[in-house]
Amino acid sequence: MRKRRLAVTALVGAASFAGTLIYRRRTERSRTRVDLYFEDGSMVSLAAGSPDADRVLPLATEALLHAATA
Amino acid sequence: MAARAACASVAHMDVGAALAELKELSTQIDVVLVSSRAGDLDASTATGQTGVKLARLAADIVTQAEQVRADMGREALAQLQAATPDGSVFAVLDGDRMAVATTGPDPTVGLVFYDLKTLLRQIDRGVDPPPAADEAARVAADESPEDGDA
Repeated sequence: MRKRRLAVTALVGAASFAGTLIYRRRTERSRTRVDLYFEDGSMVSLAAGSPDADRVLPLATEALLHAATA
Repeated sequence: MAARAACASVAHMDVGAALAELKELSTQIDVVLVSSRAGDLDASTATGQTGVKLARLAADIVTQAEQVRADMGREALAQLQAATPDGSVFAVLDGDRMAVATTGPDPTVGLVFYDLKTLLRQIDRGVDPPPAADEAARVAADESPEDGDA
């Protein structure tokens, strides 16, 4: 009985930890993106990991590093 | 020649003053600069070579974004935000000129774009700027009656 309770507790803890990791990864991914706004009023959002976003995001990261030292 | 140099100097001072005022009023903007689309710095709130480097990086960002736009066959680029967990880079384009700002994570996107557009309009017109969006919102909140008073 005691072993079973321990196993359930460990299982719940592990599931909670995994859930937190997945949530954090998803949140971070959604926060990393490039939004392009065009003159006709339309907008395109490029998600992190897409080839188009990966052309811009490293430059933005470098710019933020420089800005942090300003 | 001397008059031309003096004019350029005054124009440069005006841009610098506008940037300083925006930086003072906006709580979200860390660094703000105005440059050509090619990355030639006009003025920046960053000191030393940082402003020059930021202007060049911003020009590279806009160049890459323009290539993406061309690949998509979209209209001309008006503005962009590159968001990362550490912060965002904003650029608003106006002809050959652009206003660029860096912020911390999760900025209020509309306010930053509003501030940068206002900055460019102010530089174009050479008149006193309206208050930055943050300040305008604060003033409006101060002037509005409190909920309990009604």
